[in-house]
Amino acid sequence: MDSTAINNFNSDLAVSLSAFWSYFPIVFLAGVILISIAIEMYSKSSKKILPWFTVTALLACAYYSLLTVTDTGVYFSGMFATGGLTNIFNFIFTFGGAIVVLLSVDYIKKSGIYYGEFYILLQSAVLGMMMIAGAKDMIMIFIGLEQMSITFYVMAGLNRKRASSNEAALKYFLLGAFATGFIVYGIGLMYGTAGTLNIDFVFSNIFAAEKNLPGIIGILLFLVGFSFKIGAVPFHMWVPDVYQGAPTSSTALMATGGKVAAFTALILAFRPVLGTETLAVITPVLAVFALLSMFYGSIVAIAQTDIKRMLAYSSIANAGYMLIGLAAGNDYGIEGVVYYLAAYSFMNLGAFGIVALIESADEKNLLISDYNGLGTKYPVLAALLSLFMFALSGIPPFAGFFGKYYIFIAAIESNLTWLAIAGVIASVISVYFYLRIVVLMYFGKGESQVTPEITNASLIGIVISALLVIVMGVFPGSVINLISNF
Amino acid sequence: MLENYIPIFIVFTFAMVFALLTVFSSEIIGPKRPSKEKLSPYESGMKPIGTAEERVSIKYYLVAMLFIIFDLEVIFIYPWAVKFKELYHGSAVTPAIGLPVFVSMLIFLVVFELGFLYAYKKGAFRWD
Amino acid sequence: MELAEILFLAFASIAVVTAIFTVISRSPVISALFLVINFGALSGLYLLLSAQFLSVVQVIVYAGAIMVLFLFVLMLLRPEKEDKYFVVNRKMKIFAVIVGLFLFGQLAFAIFASDIGQTVSIESSRSEQIGKIAYIGENLYTTYLFPFEAIAFVLLVATIGAIVISKKKLD
Repeated sequence: MDSTAINNFNSDLAVSLSAFWSYFPIVFLAGVILISIAIEMYSKSSKKILPWFTVTALLACAYYSLLTVTDTGVYFSGMFATGGLTNIFNFIFTFGGAIVVLLSVDYIKKSGIYYGEFYILLQSAVLGMMMIAGAKDMIMIFIGLEQMSITFYVMAGLNRKRASSNEAALKYFLLGAFATGFIVYGIGLMYGTAGTLNIDFVFSNIFAAEKNLPGIIGILLFLVGFSFKIGAVPFHMWVPDVYQGAPTSSTALMATGGKVAAFTALILAFRPVLGTETLAVITPVLAVFALLSMFYGSIVAIAQTDIKRMLAYSSIANAGYMLIGLAAGNDYGIEGVVYYLAAYSFMNLGAFGIVALIESADEKNLLISDYNGLGTKYPVLAALLSLFMFALSGIPPFAGFFGKYYIFIAAIESNLTWLAIAGVIASVISVYFYLRIVVLMYFGKGESQVTPEITNASLIGIVISALLVIVMGVFPGSVINLISNF
Repeated sequence: MLENYIPIFIVFTFAMVFALLTVFSSEIIGPKRPSKEKLSPYESGMKPIGTAEERVSIKYYLVAMLFIIFDLEVIFIYPWAVKFKELYHGSAVTPAIGLPVFVSMLIFLVVFELGFLYAYKKGAFRWD
Repeated sequence: MELAEILFLAFASIAVVTAIFTVISRSPVISALFLVINFGALSGLYLLLSAQFLSVVQVIVYAGAIMVLFLFVLMLLRPEKEDKYFVVNRKMKIFAVIVGLFLFGQLAFAIFASDIGQTVSIESSRSEQIGKIAYIGENLYTTYLFPFEAIAFVLLVATIGAIVISKKKLD
């Protein structure tokens, strides 16, 4: 390094350090992790303290992220950005994380994973997601992804005495490490061609380069790796097994935060080249992945008897809808995807929360047929689950409808009408398996056999998700306005 | 530039030859009068049961896993140690950075050693 | 022949021979031990490419820590039935050979037949620079300061994860 580089670094570091309050949430969460580890080490009652400590910290982060949403800037030698979409994503991650804590307070007790480490792992996963959301350099995307993935591998196998949990962890780990390998390989090839890893320049540099075949291969490898992480067909094989085998509260975080974070990385990476010709290489790939995911997820979900597997296939289909927004490649598409990501998170958190409540201690009551007659026995639970199912199937006025609406509009805007039509058809197919549960709950023959212990914390988490789904559905305009400002 | 490494190569070669010699010299030079009893595996004079290759305990796995993680820590400290003096004080051509160089490694180590302390507290180093 | 060429031939032939032995050894533990020698030879090759840091990492992390883990896992799992894996699954053997040939062909094409290599042009003086430990040091603790601190948390969660997954009594 020469003297100008060092001088630049010195001044940049001074600026970055003085802007401490802009990136406060991520530092705060990092500190919370350290304190939580100390509590876990030294306190006998850590299992009772940690959930409430975690909820408070995550909610504080969520609130602060929204408060400083206009505070944009890039710090630490162009490594880390704040404000704008970053803060909106941070809100989704931290608020979603807080809801997951509420859902798991009693779940981890009954399912035999009553460890304080659960909350430390959860915080670490959220920290990784926040690193991805703030990334301004491919290196940060990779490190954030690793932080999140390593945590998820452990969380999937947290139930160490259960074979299904171990199987889920092993499958997720082996395939996930493979996918990460693809991503790193892709990033390496991109760096070789572009000469930089800064997100703003890497893609445009690759397309400007004269012989850019390695760079384009790199972009495609990057896309393949992230298609795995979001669970899009043809890289979806792990999703049902992992979602089913992992403890339900871990699944809730993987299915929402994990998927949103992977989409965040894709959005951040492709955003600088939106609307340019350069995206034409990627669009067909995204469109094909979207088409396959939507139909595969929707059709296979119909045949499922296990509700966690059904939700897993539903999440594959949802990855397809969101890929349409990316394939559209315009600002509407991005806004639609961000809106749908938020909506999808809260819908799925609620749904998984109810599944976790109904699940019995020995991992029973997970079949769809167990929901038979729930409507008369537990009217509140049944009503909430119906709400989430209506929202997931895209029936207005819930959030799911507007998410799909914005994405399909964006697709039509950029001459992908066939994809939008395919999306509508897939949504119609998916209505069948979502509403089947509602029908079973209210019109199923016979008494309900489940006897869940309905606890306050879980119920609060589920009700908050439901409220958010309703609010986002009733006022979609103001949410979209907030997103489109950035 | 490669010439600088010649002493290292010589040391490596010497070490390898020495190690191989010590291991195999007794077999090469020593007298061999094999019989059936001598060749059978020794199990307190009893007839051998099963194979000698027993499964090792999962505890070894935990040790190896922690070893990798702490090995990686060393990898991150190594370039820092090489470059610390120059970055901290500055050199003839580059200005000094000063305290941030020290503090950044301090933060890294504090975060890291908390993991070490956690492992210690949870008894990961105890052989029970 | 120059010194570099002699060393390259020596390291490359060690690497190829040990790689072959890694694949054909009957016992997985012996395979793993051959892999250690292979890693040592690779480390020498990195040194010839003036990538000192990679060479050091290869020895400390791969030949050291990761191979220890490999051996422990092999001794933990004792994969006895896998000896006959290819005897039972003949189709997998053919598949493996096809995949191997495909990868080999791809690499050979990339090196000899295509002009991919020419797209990446780095002056030899710079390529000699960037492999040095000092160069990595000055970039890692300045430009990449933030990712460096983030890595501390990745390693922290890896420590906790390893203990949570495998500690017998966890409370």
